[in-house]
Amino acid sequence: MITKETVNYIASLSRLHIDEAENAGFVRNLEDILQYVAKLNKLDVAGVLPTSHVLKMENVFRDDKVSPSLTQQEALSFAIESHAGHYKVPKVIE
Amino acid sequence: MGGMYKEQNFNFSENMDFETVIGLEVHLQLNTATKIFCGCRNVFGVEANTCVCPVCLGLPGSLPVLNRDVLFSGIKVGLALNCSINTFVKFDRKNYYYPDLPKGYQISQYDFPIAKAGFLPVMTGGQEKRIGITRAHLEEDAGKLIHDDAINATLVDYNRTGTPLVEIVSEPDMRSADEAYDYLTTLKLALQYLNVSDCDMEKGSLRCDANVSIRSRGETKLGTKTELKNMNSFSAVKRAIDFEVARQTRLVIAGESIVQQTLLWNEEKGITIPMRSKEQAHDYRYFPEPDLVPFTLTEAEIDKVRCGLPELPYARLHRLIEKLGVSEYDGTIIVQDKTFADFFESALALGVDVKKLCNWMNGPLMKELNDRKCRLGDLKLTPGMLVELINKVEDGTVSNLAGKEILAEVVATGRKIEDIIKEKGLTQVSDEALIGKIVDEIILKNPQVVEQVRSGKANAAGFLVGQAMKQMQGKANPKIINEFIQRRITNV
Ligand SMILES: [Zn+2]
Repeated sequence: MITKETVNYIASLSRLHIDEAENAGFVRNLEDILQYVAKLNKLDVAGVLPTSHVLKMENVFRDDKVSPSLTQQEALSFAIESHAGHYKVPKVIE
Repeated sequence: MGGMYKEQNFNFSENMDFETVIGLEVHLQLNTATKIFCGCRNVFGVEANTCVCPVCLGLPGSLPVLNRDVLFSGIKVGLALNCSINTFVKFDRKNYYYPDLPKGYQISQYDFPIAKAGFLPVMTGGQEKRIGITRAHLEEDAGKLIHDDAINATLVDYNRTGTPLVEIVSEPDMRSADEAYDYLTTLKLALQYLNVSDCDMEKGSLRCDANVSIRSRGETKLGTKTELKNMNSFSAVKRAIDFEVARQTRLVIAGESIVQQTLLWNEEKGITIPMRSKEQAHDYRYFPEPDLVPFTLTEAEIDKVRCGLPELPYARLHRLIEKLGVSEYDGTIIVQDKTFADFFESALALGVDVKKLCNWMNGPLMKELNDRKCRLGDLKLTPGMLVELINKVEDGTVSNLAGKEILAEVVATGRKIEDIIKEKGLTQVSDEALIGKIVDEIILKNPQVVEQVRSGKANAAGFLVGQAMKQMQGKANPKIINEFIQRRITNV
């Protein structure tokens, strides 16, 4: 069962801030999804192979050939902050 | 938790009832030309953020495509570790947020790894032990973080992002830090023979984490384990495990419980420190990677890889011993480096005594390599040159001592042996008139020693040979000198 706490936990793992009203909406939303999946679980799937991808394709490869990369300037152009050729982010180890 | 653990003096008699259990996770960077899912160059040590593209930066709308060579390198590693190869392969998303991971997830393999259930035979403590391999799977490496105190920020270089990795997970089969060390050196050697990675711990192309727990001897359940990270050499792995085993043992004896946690090895202080990262929530919410379709392999494809595998060090050692007449001692040294072993076999094929070749390679040549801190591939010395040199010593053209001097010169300059001999005047003197004259002088100067030789003291003659050699600046053939001395003394 989805609770307010479940939603808060998932939001924190995904680094999302959600308010009380949004939380209540997500509880209903996720609960609906689980109920739908519970319905699917009642189907008899004996003899049906598990699917790991929706496309009926396999073995899509690329050769080990170098293709051009971005320049450093291009790569850093979408950084909020950069420093000495690096992306700059808030310190992650205190 | 919290704080540092101080190393305690350990009374090993108290330690007797405990057994150490170690499992190792090795991350191996593959040496393909490009990254796992994009065409960026797979290189180390270039300017930050210059080998990146929309795919490895995880920009919206970009899609990964698997590098075929990465999959086949993974198969090679799996086969070399006696694993079974999954014919159905898929990738999964491992979700976590950290600045080294631009997409917010790492593409890895969860329930269908490329290889599983293998083993590696390891010589440890004088006998062979099979260490189980749980699995080997493919994944992408993360970026590199630099924590900069000066600007109070973390700097990110995404060049490493998307570097192909094979993670090799062992069973918890090792019972001591020494066994772990032997496993790692054996594994590294096998991987070097496969030529799928440069296996350089300093560059981070081979990394090792250790899961360590202890339990009462005879217990079959596993104890609570801790995970050790941040060891940058095999000897550091050994020291970290020894430290951790001592720490856990001390806690258990004191009646405290082991906390499951990640510990970082501090090389300078020689201690482990609990990881303080804010990222300790290990809830990765794996799910099948929707951006990559699955892969199926046929048995024929896998067999083709199997047939193309090079002879692995373990098999090579046995062949050197059984087919080529190399001693176990010499063979073990020779197979430690594939280039060295290849050189050995090429030289042997040119026609030279096997034992003489072993002695020259594991002796003077190895010394040259160690002195110069280089590898055989860096030298201009060819197998043909070494054979020529050994045969010149054997037929008496030059003395053993001069041979070593010539070797050093060849290694340094790559010049022709004939030229070095001529230039340095190293041809061994076998001129009997000259040798006879010098031997007579030595005998006259050392009457007491001569007396000792007469009375049957064997090493006394050695002294006289040494004196004559000295006089001739090492260029004489000591065998001939010895014959002369014996003849002169017995005839007098
Ligand atoms: Zn890229």
